Amino acid sequence: MKNMPAALVSRVLRRIAQKSARRVPVASCNYSNDATFEIKECDLYLLEEGPPVTTVLTREEGLKYYRMMLTVRRMELKADQLYKQKFIRGFCHLCDGQEACCVGIEAGIKPSDHVITSYRAHGTCYTRGISVRSILAELTGRRGGCAKGKGGSMHMYTKNFYGGNGIVGAQGPLGAGIALACKYKGNDEICLTLYGDGAANQGQIAEAFNMAALWKLPCVFICENNLYGMGTSNERAAASTDYYKRGNFIPGLKVDGMDVLCVREATKFAGDYCRSGKGPIVMELQTYRYHGHSMSDPGMSYRTREEIQDIRSKRDPITLLQDRMVNSKLTTVEELKEIGAEVRKEIDDAAQFATTDPEPHLEELGHHIYSSDPSFEVRGANPWIKFKSIS
Amino acid sequence: MAAVSGLMWRPLRQVSGLLKRRFHRTAPVALQVTVRDAINQGMDEELERDEKVFLLGEEVAQYDGAYKVSRGLWKKYGDKRIIDTPISEMGFAGIAVGAAMAGLRPICEFMTFNFSMQAIDQVINSAAKTYYMSGGLQSVPIVFRGPNGASAGVAAQHSQCFAAWYGHCPGLKVVSPWNSEDAKGLIKSAIRDNNPVVMLENELMYGVPFEFPPEAQSKDFLVPIGKAKIERQGTHITVVSHSRPVGHCLEAAAVLSKEGVECEVINMRTIRPMDMETIEASVMKTNHLVTVEGGWPQFGVGAEICARIMEGPAFNFLDAPAVRVTGADVPMPYAKILEDNSIPQVKDIIFAIKKTLNI
Repeated sequence: MKNMPAALVSRVLRRIAQKSARRVPVASCNYSNDATFEIKECDLYLLEEGPPVTTVLTREEGLKYYRMMLTVRRMELKADQLYKQKFIRGFCHLCDGQEACCVGIEAGIKPSDHVITSYRAHGTCYTRGISVRSILAELTGRRGGCAKGKGGSMHMYTKNFYGGNGIVGAQGPLGAGIALACKYKGNDEICLTLYGDGAANQGQIAEAFNMAALWKLPCVFICENNLYGMGTSNERAAASTDYYKRGNFIPGLKVDGMDVLCVREATKFAGDYCRSGKGPIVMELQTYRYHGHSMSDPGMSYRTREEIQDIRSKRDPITLLQDRMVNSKLTTVEELKEIGAEVRKEIDDAAQFATTDPEPHLEELGHHIYSSDPSFEVRGANPWIKFKSIS
Repeated sequence: MAAVSGLMWRPLRQVSGLLKRRFHRTAPVALQVTVRDAINQGMDEELERDEKVFLLGEEVAQYDGAYKVSRGLWKKYGDKRIIDTPISEMGFAGIAVGAAMAGLRPICEFMTFNFSMQAIDQVINSAAKTYYMSGGLQSVPIVFRGPNGASAGVAAQHSQCFAAWYGHCPGLKVVSPWNSEDAKGLIKSAIRDNNPVVMLENELMYGVPFEFPPEAQSKDFLVPIGKAKIERQGTHITVVSHSRPVGHCLEAAAVLSKEGVECEVINMRTIRPMDMETIEASVMKTNHLVTVEGGWPQFGVGAEICARIMEGPAFNFLDAPAVRVTGADVPMPYAKILEDNSIPQVKDIIFAIKKTLNI
């Protein structure tokens, strides 16, 4: 029984090997079904115990996480390219380097849970279910974009995903409110409210902490600490850089945000905590962004090239997972390369769509002002220009 | 004999009385309801009707409301649906918006709209714009309500009118009730609306009783958002107002009527979307326009009405320039004589009307 998938895989591989003379014929591979890994212990605050320090990764899960992280990585790099080619305008905040966060979080929750994040949202948009096509087309402002071109980079939404928020920290109270709705409805759902190390200093985050704790809202507050709030490092912005302790009376965990398995386990732990009715919890994900704050920031004036290179070579989330999986025979380099080729094709197709899909009809300029209302007229740039507004 | 006839006559009298009652149309008893009770009733009915509706704000629950508008609601509905918040406007407004995004129907009370300035980002950027930015995916069925504008002796930081500020923003609906009927009908419409609605109440009106017409006593009584009401028909001049000043306009109209000037007084009821049709039709009839509001003149509600009149068909019907009566262009002073002269009084409205009519 155990050999069946292995035999299947080896058959496929042999067929591929026959197709391409360049490929080294692979002898029949025995893939492991799963492997156990040690993960970094989380620092705890106001907690007696934390997430486990070992976890089991199945082959299926591993391949899924790898594919997802690689897709996010390539999608962000493609966005970089499209921005430089002027297909994308305005703000574009990329999250390459932080893939383990969005993928690890998704791996630790259910689709029926709720997520809200900041403007550095493209990765989370994808993990929450928006296709690369719809994301890139929204970035290029086309009618095939997930918000029909009306929102852009910072305003993408889907079921149980509330954006993409342009105002730093505003998503804090919003997420607590979504958690309130979960508690109100009594449906065992939780809300994960993500914010950055910069946003952690917003007053409204403290207000959200207070009310979430007071009312025991099932909210996991997640600080994605990528060490810099725009051009300002942690130490220059925060009197206390222990972001996982900043909830004061709320328990917290400090998590290795470059390890997708660590993030997954911490998320599961935090989710269980909330679901048991104990109230909110704070998670700090220690992560890193390779790009600058946005496409208008080269990201070199406040940090060194060496620092970026160092992290890329030692802590890259995709490389980390890849090495783990290959070394424990969950996969091979060749199989991962195939996945890479598929991902490349998906991104290229999406980019092709995003650069050729037409812009929205001008008539749609006035649409979606109000929900569920009869149509009415919206004023344009002068009194003679009128747009019809449809809900 | 008398006993027997009593036995006969009493039932006969009762029956004939019943018959009389059936054929008599008796007028229903005129019900006097204060604006406060009208809002309370409206919220109570909507809380009962839809369990997704809930109220949050400072002192709304155990204190019965800072101005007692939510009196009795916490006792009836409990902690889950009537929620006292800490003094964290930005936080609880954001929480209310998030709850609305996730499918509930919150009523978020600001103790006064002056404090909404702390939370204005959540009202505008998180609530008003979201349906548009999401391309129609994410609606925000929320009501922000509370007292707006000048009160009595509360000075500059507690007296600002936000009609123009909120009325400026696409994606929001903004309503401004004057009397009890307005208040009940508009709060119910606001709660049932799937969009963010700002309801600007007036603290000085809370205790004022008005006659409640029979239809307003129904649990499904709604005042449509976006429709003004002509409170008084007239032929010589159109006077447009919202909130408490509507009462002053009616007083001015009564005084002027004795002098043979008939004012048509329009109660806007809604600031956004503004009912320009009603205003234009009236101006085209009377050929004169005065707007009256409590807020500051610059970039105010009256300024918008005048601009639209200029741009529309009614301009050609004006026999005189349209004129605005507003609050004085100063932060609200404290001393009574100064405060009294910082808001539009009846005499100021009469003066403006007479000037416009050149009498």
